[in-house]
Amino acid sequence: MSAQAFGARGTGSFPRGIHPAQAKHHSAAAALEVLPPPARVEIPLLQHLGAPATAAVKPRDPVAWGTVLGVASGFVSASVHSPLGGKVVRLGVTTLPNGRHVPTVAVAAEGEQVAGQALWEALYGGPWPTAGLDELTPEAIGAVVREAGLVGQGGAAFPTHVKLTPNPAKPVDTVLVNGCECEPFLTADDRLMREAPAPIVAGALLAARAAGARQVVIGVEDNKPEAVAALRAAAEGTGVVVQSVRTKYPQGGERQLVLSVVGRIVPTGGLPLDVGVVVVNVGTAAAIAAAVLRGRPLTHRVVAVTGPGVVRPANLLVPIGVSYREVLDFCGGLRPEAVRVLSGGPMMGLAVGDLATPVTKGTSGITVLTAREVRKAAETACVRCGRCGEACPLGLVPTRLALASRHRDWALARRYHIQACIECGCCAYVCPAAIPLTQLIRMGKAMLPKE
Amino acid sequence: MNNLLTISGSPHIHTTDSVRKIMYSVIFAMIPAMLVSVYFFGLDAVRIIGVSVVACVAVEYLIQKYLLKGDVTINDGSAVITGVLLAFNVPANLPTWIIIIGAIFAIAIAKMAFGGLGKNPFNPALVGRVFLLISFPAQMTTWPIPKPLFAKSVTDALTGATPLGLLKDGHLANKTIDQIMSDPAMPDYIQQLVGFQTGSLGEMSAIALLIGAAYMFYKKVITWHIPVSYLLTALLFAAIFWLIDPTYYADPLFHLITGGMILGVFYMATDMVTSPMSAKGQIIFGIGCGLLTMIIRFWGSYPEGVSFAILIMNAFTPLINKSFKPKRFGV
Repeated sequence: MSAQAFGARGTGSFPRGIHPAQAKHHSAAAALEVLPPPARVEIPLLQHLGAPATAAVKPRDPVAWGTVLGVASGFVSASVHSPLGGKVVRLGVTTLPNGRHVPTVAVAAEGEQVAGQALWEALYGGPWPTAGLDELTPEAIGAVVREAGLVGQGGAAFPTHVKLTPNPAKPVDTVLVNGCECEPFLTADDRLMREAPAPIVAGALLAARAAGARQVVIGVEDNKPEAVAALRAAAEGTGVVVQSVRTKYPQGGERQLVLSVVGRIVPTGGLPLDVGVVVVNVGTAAAIAAAVLRGRPLTHRVVAVTGPGVVRPANLLVPIGVSYREVLDFCGGLRPEAVRVLSGGPMMGLAVGDLATPVTKGTSGITVLTAREVRKAAETACVRCGRCGEACPLGLVPTRLALASRHRDWALARRYHIQACIECGCCAYVCPAAIPLTQLIRMGKAMLPKE
Repeated sequence: MNNLLTISGSPHIHTTDSVRKIMYSVIFAMIPAMLVSVYFFGLDAVRIIGVSVVACVAVEYLIQKYLLKGDVTINDGSAVITGVLLAFNVPANLPTWIIIIGAIFAIAIAKMAFGGLGKNPFNPALVGRVFLLISFPAQMTTWPIPKPLFAKSVTDALTGATPLGLLKDGHLANKTIDQIMSDPAMPDYIQQLVGFQTGSLGEMSAIALLIGAAYMFYKKVITWHIPVSYLLTALLFAAIFWLIDPTYYADPLFHLITGGMILGVFYMATDMVTSPMSAKGQIIFGIGCGLLTMIIRFWGSYPEGVSFAILIMNAFTPLINKSFKPKRFGV
């Protein structure tokens, strides 16, 4: 199958946004490594947006790599699988970085594990076909993706099969693969694109086949020239277009990237689907290929372990369910000056309070910051400088929204479109008065009475 | 790994810029104009600026500490700016007690009564200045002739009219523009640019003010929107009438470099608190300021219109903020 470029093109950028220090140097040069199999993993049954999976195993059940531990409990849900061979220890509960208490399945490793180079080869290595994919029906691809428990790996963790299921009312013409990784510090997608471009391209073509799209574009920020070159080489002759876009935060936001690359504007309250686009992360694309072409469910993912608070920054292939502590220990542990561990990057990442927290399908990185980065001045009065409005990629007026949230003035909040906010953090980043704008707006969105 | 980890909502990194840094950049930008005023008016300039700044800061401190019994935020530099700008807007021979009254009015009424920094609708320094102008018209319009330091001067304490004052008086006496411009008291353009002219403390030298403005642009404390739209509108408006009747109206360049135009355009119209937030809104604001300034200069009873123009547009700022929001994504 071959995709073709057509249609309206974006300009490679979007209005407003910010330029925080990229800070990719901590881990960008670190080649991907495979984390040795841990003795035990604890796998949450809810790692995605939607309904939690239902446990399909009992304590003491033997499991192998890929055994289903939890079954999707609805259309917008995702199954979870064991990354280890061994035995179910117990069904427990953990708290994820987003504060949700979720049921888990703990698995203890027993016997020989697929590890190291063999694991890498099984998931990302070797040749990946880009021709003959038309023999697979869209339904078959969608079914495999669903069974494999795929969710978006960029952070939001939306079940992938839901995006790929064709909707007759909203035809899709473009699959847009998101390789921006616009968050400062994070380098996991960068390394994956450099070291495993072939499965990304194959997965993108499979996604296009499933969704009925005729065009496949991979958007990569122009601060990653090696990734662009690697993808272009892998995409040679497949019709997949690799487009370099401007390095600016939040370029990797769905709405921003659809505008930058395809030149279409996703309506407020709508999805890229409304303008005929399906956006998948590069990690997700590679996972689609591994699931469809090699029958591998989503049990491992690439995580950047980075920041000035970690001894040896690295990019690792880790099993889902391993604890943050074990991943950090493999990287030499925390430096004495480390004060904050983030699930994700510094702009949208969630602070982790307990290092026993398991890595999930949506963990794009573990960023460890020191007091130097997280220092924040005391809040002062708003001087109406308007910088928050100049930064907001959605064209909102953050200072008004924050004021409305603070005073619980929901009519004002609605009038200024509080629900259009994507919580990218630009406004709070630029505010010279150190007003927690994003945090206030997030609170307002959560408290907003239903209409 | 026994680190004590902290929790907070995203974003976890922030700009190192602060309101205080912005304010001190503005103060720093006003230093050239302060030096020029000291050069021309000597100790009088030091007295006016010193008294004004101390009075403004003291009033803010007393109100915050003893009336509001809350946090004292005089370190943020905003009261210092009000003090310097108020001093810049009065003649160098103004009695000390009058400048103190101006400072009290500016801070207590125009700023603190509205809730302090960020909540005042009108530029406090301008409110103070206009209050003084209306209350003490004689003292506020008696302009000492500048007497540069180290220069031998024959007379002391001579006063004269400002260039705009000469223009207004000339019109009232039915003189042609050529007659007005050839008045020996009227400085030529070079003198006006450098500062050899009568006027308020801070509006002496267009060059010193522009150096400070360049610094504020460099520090991104001000953006181009208000100054450019303000200046272009005023210039265009002046040019149209000058072209219609060059025997009556002064040329646009005269209006650009005289009076408080440069001071108002770069230092007072651009005040973040009292000007619109969006780029579009700022351009509307600048156009309004430019039109009102020239209308008052041409047809008003005051020779100078910058203060009134900016204050009137300050009143429109909430409306402009409401009507000219940024273009929302997805509509």
